[in-house]
Amino acid sequence: MTHKNMSQAFETVIGLEVHLQLSTKTKIFCGCANMFGSAPNTNVCPVCLGLPGTLPVLNHQTLLYAIKVGLALNAHINPFIKFDRKNYYYPDLPKGYQISQYDFPVAKDGFVMIKTDKGPKRIGIKRAHLEEDAGKLMHDNTDNCSLVDYNRTGTPLIEIVTQPDLRSAGESYDYLNTLKLMLQYLGVSDCDMEKGSLRCDANVSIRPAESTSFGTKTELKNMNSFRAVKSALEYEVGRHKQVILSGGKIVQETLLWDDQKSVTVAMRSKEQAHDYRYFPDPDLVPFTVDYKVLDQVRAELPELPGVKLERFIKQYGLNEYDAGVLVMDQAAANFFESCCESYNQPKKIANWLNGAMLKEMNERKVGISELGLTSVNLIELIKSVEDGVLSHLAGKEVLTLMLDSGKSAGQIIQQQSLAQVSDDAVLMAIVDEIIQQNPTAVEQIKQGKFAAAGFLVGQAMKKSGGKANPKKLNELITRRISHA
Amino acid sequence: MITKKDVQYIAALARIHMSPDKLQGLTKNLADIVGYVEQLQKLDLKNVKPTSHAVPLTNALRQDTVKPSLSNEKALSIAPQTRGGCFQVPLVIE
Ligand SMILES: [Zn+2]
Repeated sequence: MTHKNMSQAFETVIGLEVHLQLSTKTKIFCGCANMFGSAPNTNVCPVCLGLPGTLPVLNHQTLLYAIKVGLALNAHINPFIKFDRKNYYYPDLPKGYQISQYDFPVAKDGFVMIKTDKGPKRIGIKRAHLEEDAGKLMHDNTDNCSLVDYNRTGTPLIEIVTQPDLRSAGESYDYLNTLKLMLQYLGVSDCDMEKGSLRCDANVSIRPAESTSFGTKTELKNMNSFRAVKSALEYEVGRHKQVILSGGKIVQETLLWDDQKSVTVAMRSKEQAHDYRYFPDPDLVPFTVDYKVLDQVRAELPELPGVKLERFIKQYGLNEYDAGVLVMDQAAANFFESCCESYNQPKKIANWLNGAMLKEMNERKVGISELGLTSVNLIELIKSVEDGVLSHLAGKEVLTLMLDSGKSAGQIIQQQSLAQVSDDAVLMAIVDEIIQQNPTAVEQIKQGKFAAAGFLVGQAMKKSGGKANPKKLNELITRRISHA
Repeated sequence: MITKKDVQYIAALARIHMSPDKLQGLTKNLADIVGYVEQLQKLDLKNVKPTSHAVPLTNALRQDTVKPSLSNEKALSIAPQTRGGCFQVPLVIE
């Protein structure tokens, strides 16, 4: 190995597989409830337990959801769809095979656009197909046994596979966030990684920067967050470089990410021969998708995040940051628009939503709809601040009280006497007192140093318990001193 | 050509226990069957659409409506060993 090679530039090549549990009422091939968190083996029936003599029947909703995802991925929806058996033995798979799709998946050849430093980038989607989830295994090493819960068996999954188009861990992370937001908009899954509703595996390899052929890849599993995917990819890319630069060879294998130790470790697999022997499942007849179904599903597609972002910038004159924060939460984006309908101050509304409202949502750990606030309520509050009835600070306090009590801004202002005191007589008394107590500042103002007026306004504000209207105070102080 | 190794491999994938004295005979049987099916390769299928299912039916779907599941007791009644509402199997480690 020469010195030149030691500083050799590599290109990273990554492909991702996302498994998404669809939030249908029932499982993919039987009428058992598709539910998380039930007592073990209570959402099971002869079909999902793989008992002899039973027949799977496809849940119509899963097919419609898969088409919806396919369309959102800009993919081609196969007019002819079939299911195949993927054969392997493992106790979490009661039939000895998983019903999946091999050569006729629901969707193929799509793309997702992501943002990069160098502008938008197109990430190719190889395919998206339907399949059934496996059961859950718990291992008891001390008792030398494993326990199986088949509740998850038959949960509808859609697997979304990218082309090897991702060039860094960071790009992969951005793709996952972009994809997840889009899937949330579609309303086909809760996309909750902690519950395992969304899972991600990665294939990674490196190659000399100028090369067009692929290096040997490794497959990474067991990453429980997008951050973990990023860390695992960064680690694995570093490992590949080290192995290659020291004259070694990458072995094609499946590795598990150990989040605690931040390393990838080889799977201790039992002679797992990856020979799935796919063949058409004779228990399921094929499916056709005609233009009528496509039109129906297309009509149900919501405005997707990328399009909404552009529209918010154009239509409401928001900056990219404000629009971006709103679009991150579909419900908040909708709330924003209903506010704008009756109050034409998009920038002010966005500030409230992305500031005080977002803070309340985070503190209460709820979404915007669970706050129980209507757009009318929020606009009343914003107007109170804009009209000078409330200071901005008091406005935020009123918001908290509104959410606590369910009362309107007006009701709370009255009740708590939070309205800014604008009454001249009351304010004048405060101003006189402040002027008397601060002769130095008054002298400075008389000499033309108007900055001192700010100090007096602050003092008067304090005296009023934050309720006075600062503009009014300034006016009164200036008038009082110039007439003294 | 089907070899003894192929038969052993397929048996292992299918988790079939096979006594060594059966290997010779099974290899011959399997080779005969594959050889018989291989005759199909000689047919000209250029204008024949692939058959993906023996039954000429499509779109057998069901509505997304919950049906009662088995009780836990009933589900586990077929298991040789159970514990804590689960099926118990020999230890497998990923
Ligand atoms: Zn079932």
